[in-house]
Amino acid sequence: MTYLQNIGAYFLMIREMFRKPTKWSIMKQLILNDINDLIISSLGIIAFISFFVGGVITIQTVLNIDSPLIPKYLVGFATRQSIILEFAPTFISIIMAGKVGSFITSSIGTMRVTEQIDALEVMGINALNYLVFPKAVALMLYPFGIAIGMFLGIIGGMAACYFGGYLSVEDYIFGIQTDFEAFHVIYAFLKAFSFAFVLATIPSFYGFYMKGGALEVGKASTTAFVWTSVVIILLNYILTDILLG
Amino acid sequence: MIEVKDLNKSFGDAHILKGITTTFHKGKTNLIIGQSGSGKTVFLKCLLGLFNYEKGAIAYDGKVFAKLSDDEKRNMRAQIGMVFQGSALFDSMTIAENIMFPLRMFTKQSKSEMQDRVDFALKRVNLPDAHNKMPSEASGGMQKRVAIARAIVNNPKYLFCDEPNSGLDPRTSIVIDNLIQEITDEFQITTVINSHDMNSVMEIGEKIVFLKDGLKAWEGSNKTIFKTDNKVVTDFVYSSNLFKKVRKMYLEENK
Repeated sequence: MTYLQNIGAYFLMIREMFRKPTKWSIMKQLILNDINDLIISSLGIIAFISFFVGGVITIQTVLNIDSPLIPKYLVGFATRQSIILEFAPTFISIIMAGKVGSFITSSIGTMRVTEQIDALEVMGINALNYLVFPKAVALMLYPFGIAIGMFLGIIGGMAACYFGGYLSVEDYIFGIQTDFEAFHVIYAFLKAFSFAFVLATIPSFYGFYMKGGALEVGKASTTAFVWTSVVIILLNYILTDILLG
Repeated sequence: MIEVKDLNKSFGDAHILKGITTTFHKGKTNLIIGQSGSGKTVFLKCLLGLFNYEKGAIAYDGKVFAKLSDDEKRNMRAQIGMVFQGSALFDSMTIAENIMFPLRMFTKQSKSEMQDRVDFALKRVNLPDAHNKMPSEASGGMQKRVAIARAIVNNPKYLFCDEPNSGLDPRTSIVIDNLIQEITDEFQITTVINSHDMNSVMEIGEKIVFLKDGLKAWEGSNKTIFKTDNKVVTDFVYSSNLFKKVRKMYLEENK
C-alpha cells in the first residue's frame, strides 16, 4: 500500500512541478547553477570511469575470444556495441544515481529539515517548481555527458590495444566501424533522456517529502539511490523491448 | 488585523484546535503561548495558510483566506513575513541575497532599488556590514536578525515569528524581542509570535492568547497576566520561583 501511495504521490509531484512557474530571471539562474552542480561536476567521473571500463571491455573480449576463426577486429565491434548500447547510457546512469541522486536528495532534504522549504511555501512560492523543475531541465543535458562517456569508452578500448598489445589499433578501428547503425546511438540517447528525468525526479521526491532530522536525510539518500537504480533498470528493459525488440 | 473565528483543526482522530476565536490587532505584538503540545504551532501554521482547517474562518483585514483564489492567496502571501524558529535562511545564498530574495520574487524593482532596500533592512536590524557573509558564518542571534530583515524587506502587513528566541542567550533574546516590537510599532504591522519564553511574554506581550489542549484558556496582555487568577495560566507562567516572586512584588506595588 505504501508503494502505491508513493507512486501516486510521485506523479502528483510531477504535475505540481509544472504549476505556478517561478520568474524566468530567477529560474534561468537556478538552471545554470544546476547544470554546473549536476552535469559539469559529473564529467570528470564519467570520463574516468568510461575510459577505464572501455579498456577493460576490450581486454576481456580479447581474452575470451580464443577461436582462430573469429576475426580480431570483432573486439572493436563488441566494445563499441557494449559501450553505446549499455555501458554509457545505463551503467553510467546507475553511477550517477549515486552521485547526482544523493546530492539532490541530501540538498533538498536538508532544506526540508532546516525549514527552508517551509520558508519558500510561506512566501507563496511553488517549492517544487523552484527546486525540482530546474534540476529536471538541467539534466536534459545529461545525454551530452553520455556522449562523452561513449567517446572515451571507445578511446579507452583503443588505448588498451595500443599499450597492452592485445590487437592492432588498425584492427580495432576497423572493428568499431563495422556494421555501424546510427539508430543505436539514437536509442542510447533516448534512454539517456528518460534516465535523466528519473535521476532528477526520484531523488527530489525522497528529499522533498522526507520527515525527521539529519539521520533521515541519510536514509532518504540511500532509499532514493535504491529506487532510482531499480527504476532505471526496469525502464532500460522496457525501452529496449520497445525500441530494439 | 487578523480575526480568527471558531477555528477547528484535526489530524485523523486527534482534535488539535477546538474552536479558537480571537483577534490579533494591527501595530501590536500578539503572542500565542502555551505548553508544548498545546496546539501553538498548528495554530500558527493555520494562520499562515500552510494547514487547511475543517471549521471556522481566518480573515486578514476582512478577507477570508480560504475563500481567496490562488492568485489572491499568492498576493496575500507576498504581504506576509515569517521568522522561523531555526531562521530558515537559504544557506546557498549570502545574507544580502537572502534578504533580496522576496524582492526578486515578488517585485519588479531594479537592482539598485533592491540593493537600497536590503541596505535599509540590514541597517534596521543593526547589521549594516553583513551583506557578503554566508548564513553559516553568522551567529544564532545574527541569523535571527537577518531572518527579521528578510521578513520585513518587502513591507509586509503581517509578521509571524515562531519561537524567535529559541536557542538564544537572554541578552540576545531581549535584543530580538525589542527589535520585533519596534518594527511592529514603526511599520504598523500585525505581528503574531509563537513563544513559550516568559521574558518575551512580560516584555512585549501587548496581546496574549494562552492555549491549553487546543482550547483558548485565557486572553489578555502583559499587564493583566500579573493579576489573573486563572489557575491554568498561573501554573504555566509562574512555574518558576523567580516569576512567582516577580508577580508577588508587582501585585504588592500595585495594590
